[in-house]
Amino acid sequence: MSIDWINFTPWTSLAGGALIGLAASLFVLANGRIAGISGLLGSVLRFDSEGRSEKVLFLLGLLISPLLWGAFTVMPEIEIKAGWPTLIIAGLLVGVGTRYGSGCTSGHGVCGISRLSARSITATMCFMFAGFATVYVIRHVVGA
Amino acid sequence: MIKLTAFFAGLIFGLGLLLAGMANPAKVLAFLDLAGAWDPSLALVMGGAIAVAIIPLNWARKNKQSLLGAPMQFPMKRELDSRLIGGSLLFGIGWGLAGICPGPALTILLTGHGQIIIFVLAMLAGMYLFNLLERSARPD
Repeated sequence: MSIDWINFTPWTSLAGGALIGLAASLFVLANGRIAGISGLLGSVLRFDSEGRSEKVLFLLGLLISPLLWGAFTVMPEIEIKAGWPTLIIAGLLVGVGTRYGSGCTSGHGVCGISRLSARSITATMCFMFAGFATVYVIRHVVGA
Repeated sequence: MIKLTAFFAGLIFGLGLLLAGMANPAKVLAFLDLAGAWDPSLALVMGGAIAVAIIPLNWARKNKQSLLGAPMQFPMKRELDSRLIGGSLLFGIGWGLAGICPGPALTILLTGHGQIIIFVLAMLAGMYLFNLLERSARPD
């Protein structure tokens, strides 16, 4: 392992993380809901009537956040290296996996760990491990 | 009021992802590449988020109502079952393939990067597929 000090962004990452924590706190303190993106999206997609407008509005806020960002400053770098076959497979796995696993990086990784849920801590260890292993296999075994 | 707070929570969440670098799939993959030139930044995203959220979420866990009087909607499940573990492993593989998880996927959807539309459509198809499988497994 070697650390990539050039691309390491400790302060903006910590500050961005704090904003994510603030958003999750606001959503639970005001709305009584977990800010889990896959759960909110899955619920909206299932046409659940419970809390539908709040869920849609949260997702809408997420969607328009880059437009607000872009109105004030330059957009951060966004680079997608994967080709379309990989994007399709990855998207399907993320969609099915987060619904079976009842959450993703936000719902389990941030909110679940914060409320010390054993299920969320287990889920986070599983998807982190699978993420590390997948990148290892692709970059260092297959060598793509 | 709760509609306004929901909207602002989503907006702040997205701004946080953009500031943190988490909305950049290449940076996410650099974080997941432990054996390569490792960029540890995203560990600090999770650390920063948890540091801020831990007190509010634990307060919420012990209360039945939010500050605005909405009922607390917390997951009730406790058991560590195969669905949780299998689903999370599948999600992690997908995350490792493209460096994109659901929050960043929606956050960068309107930034004009064409490839993200393919990912989001596939993700929605995956969620829809889950709904179909659930419905056929448990007919109402």
